[in-house]
Amino acid sequence: MSALRVLVGCKRVIDYAVKVRVKPDKTGVVTDGVKHSMNPFDEIAMEEAIRMKEKKLASEIIVVSCGPSQCQETLRTALAMGGDRAIHVQVEGKEYEGLQPFHVSKIFAKIAQEEKVDLVVLGKQAIDDDCNQTGQMTAAILDWPQATFASKVEIDSGSLKVTREIDGGLENIKVKLPAVVTTDLRLNEPRYATLPNIMKAKKKPLTVKKPSDYAVDISPRQEVLSVEDPPVREAGQKVESVEQLVQKLRDAGLVA
Amino acid sequence: MSAISGTKLEHGGLFFSGVGINMNIIMQLLLARVTFRFSCQVRYFHIQQKKLAVELTRIRYPNLKRGPYANICDADISNFGKLLPGKGRVITDVTELEGYNTDWLKTCRGSSQVVLRPKTTEEVSALLCYCNDRRLAVVPQGGNTGLVGGSVPVFDEVIISTELMNNIISLDEVSGILVCQAGCILANLDSYLKDHNFTMPLDLGAKGSCHIGGNLATNAGGVRLLRYGSLHGSILGLEVVQANGEVIDCLSTLRKDNTGYDLKQLFIGSEGTLGIITKAAILCPQKPNAVYVAFLGCDSFNRVLDVFQKSKHMLGEILSAFEFMDSASMDVIRNNLKMPNPIADFPFYILIETSGSQGGHDEEKLNTFLETMLSSQLVKDGTVATDMSKIEALWSVRERMAEGLMHDGYCYKYDVSLPLMKFYNLVEDMRHHLGNRVTRVVGYGHVGDGNLHLNITTPAYSHEIMDLIEPYVYDWVAHHHGSISAEHGLGFKKKQFIYHSKTKSAVRLMQAIKKVMDPNGILNPYKTIPDAS
Repeated sequence: MSALRVLVGCKRVIDYAVKVRVKPDKTGVVTDGVKHSMNPFDEIAMEEAIRMKEKKLASEIIVVSCGPSQCQETLRTALAMGGDRAIHVQVEGKEYEGLQPFHVSKIFAKIAQEEKVDLVVLGKQAIDDDCNQTGQMTAAILDWPQATFASKVEIDSGSLKVTREIDGGLENIKVKLPAVVTTDLRLNEPRYATLPNIMKAKKKPLTVKKPSDYAVDISPRQEVLSVEDPPVREAGQKVESVEQLVQKLRDAGLVA
Repeated sequence: MSAISGTKLEHGGLFFSGVGINMNIIMQLLLARVTFRFSCQVRYFHIQQKKLAVELTRIRYPNLKRGPYANICDADISNFGKLLPGKGRVITDVTELEGYNTDWLKTCRGSSQVVLRPKTTEEVSALLCYCNDRRLAVVPQGGNTGLVGGSVPVFDEVIISTELMNNIISLDEVSGILVCQAGCILANLDSYLKDHNFTMPLDLGAKGSCHIGGNLATNAGGVRLLRYGSLHGSILGLEVVQANGEVIDCLSTLRKDNTGYDLKQLFIGSEGTLGIITKAAILCPQKPNAVYVAFLGCDSFNRVLDVFQKSKHMLGEILSAFEFMDSASMDVIRNNLKMPNPIADFPFYILIETSGSQGGHDEEKLNTFLETMLSSQLVKDGTVATDMSKIEALWSVRERMAEGLMHDGYCYKYDVSLPLMKFYNLVEDMRHHLGNRVTRVVGYGHVGDGNLHLNITTPAYSHEIMDLIEPYVYDWVAHHHGSISAEHGLGFKKKQFIYHSKTKSAVRLMQAIKKVMDPNGILNPYKTIPDAS
């Protein structure tokens, strides 16, 4: 069985350790000057692809990111982890604000076809929008099978054996290649990029493209009306006794 | 109050006439159980527990003598209640007291019967005035994260906690001067300052729990001393309550004020023995715009020193931390905390942090530095973090060392300043000296400041091991003209070794100052400096 060509999507998102703030005009969250990093689930996707390459099950890893020029930092991180080539699909400013999984999945599908990829690995969702749509949409456009929320992936001559994390527990499925996999938290623990690899990554090829290069129309499909903070949590109340607790519940009409 | 009468039996009763009777601990517990059955149900159950609390300090060190202080009585508790109105201000419940009575390292445990929680300077003043009149000994306590047993009672000293004194009073956004009460938690202050583009001038692993008052009383060092200097420089003013209740207001917010003796310097590092700090005015540096962390692996300690020299030369003004760990430390992180090694295995690891105002410049400097280190093979491997979450992950490998060591059981902790050339020799020597008798000997710390954290662990406390370690380790340090306590202070555990690092005449002057400021010796007795005999 020949080694797989793998496409990994990496999204540049606000770092999860940052305190997110809503913009005063309520059109979105503050992103200027805020620390960004690779979506944690995409790091897991990268790690999985690199492990396949280390086992000689994958031959080449192409990393893709759609967004403003800063995405190239994210791509360099992916290359430092072990990616071979990077494609930056440049989308700036206002256009980027309107970019949705619907558009991104079309771009990924086109790239997958152009690059003759056998496996697309994506994070299950991005931590900024929590959409959990790109993987599924990409598979649909390509008409490929999808194995989402993967917590274990094994290659078995032309197919993948995937363990999925579902509400009831774990589900084991078998999907034929080529396929789309989305990664869940327990799939692996992403490595730190080593210094020699960070140095090497600077020389790895990074091509810049536009959505139009893939004949994808990225005009926005939805309009954000407003973004607001969740309601402030009210202080809890401490009671001295069980009787008091029952009385308070009665007063609130929660018990008879 | 049953809890009080229970302990009264302990102190004044049959079994402990005077102090210094060395009873078999099992006999004590058996007899104690019999009496407690009649007094306090809670106490009986408490002693029944298999996972017993830490051994009482006065039992572990039976030669200690309780000072000439009064004993707490019901009238005192009632008066405290009048001075501190409201719920939860006077704590006497036995189970609640356990946390306050025991230090973070689980090596010291006192028998205080009451914790007082004032909210204002006036209340602290009233409490101290009362305690001074009554000759009641007092232990000021902040976050109780001290590592030398300085924050917990030795006998039954009254604990005055700064827990409720946690107001941020003001922040001048132009000058960066923060004024706050002593009970503010360091991490909370830092988080507040970060929102205004400032940062605290110190950082340490205990930041989530330690109070700024405690940091000041111990002149805490931490991981950023290399960059921001000691607290002696960053503190502009203090408000302190003296032993007799008098409030000393040196809460200046001026950068420069040469009017008379600089009293605040006396209190910084005095470990609660000269007064209780109630407010502080702190000069806060700008929050850095760009922070990077590199985690590197080296073959030998000499390589670590080479990298340090080069880093000062090539990173200079952006260097904000330079820490090291040995491979034994990495074992602790891996085995006890189940955290992976960020890079491959090496005998030594270095954590370098840079903080600057311009990301692009700093990254270039750091990359040039790292390329040079790699190509010259001073560094064998490493990783760099630019994302906040990765930076925090790398820092936690270093910051959680103390926590990791606790999992081994008992930790003999030493914090010494040594000339860099001799730095790691102490660790190797101790390893040789102790051999298989101990679980492990690890060395890590602020190599950038010449400050080594030497830690030795065993499953449980052993007098034998302690006698093997002390005074050997202190003698070693004194021989090389180092300090036996670089930043942890002397507290209870290191007080008797002060002469290893200070002359007799210096200590005599310290004792004279203590006598002037606290004639009845009620502030944190049995700690820091030897009593004038």
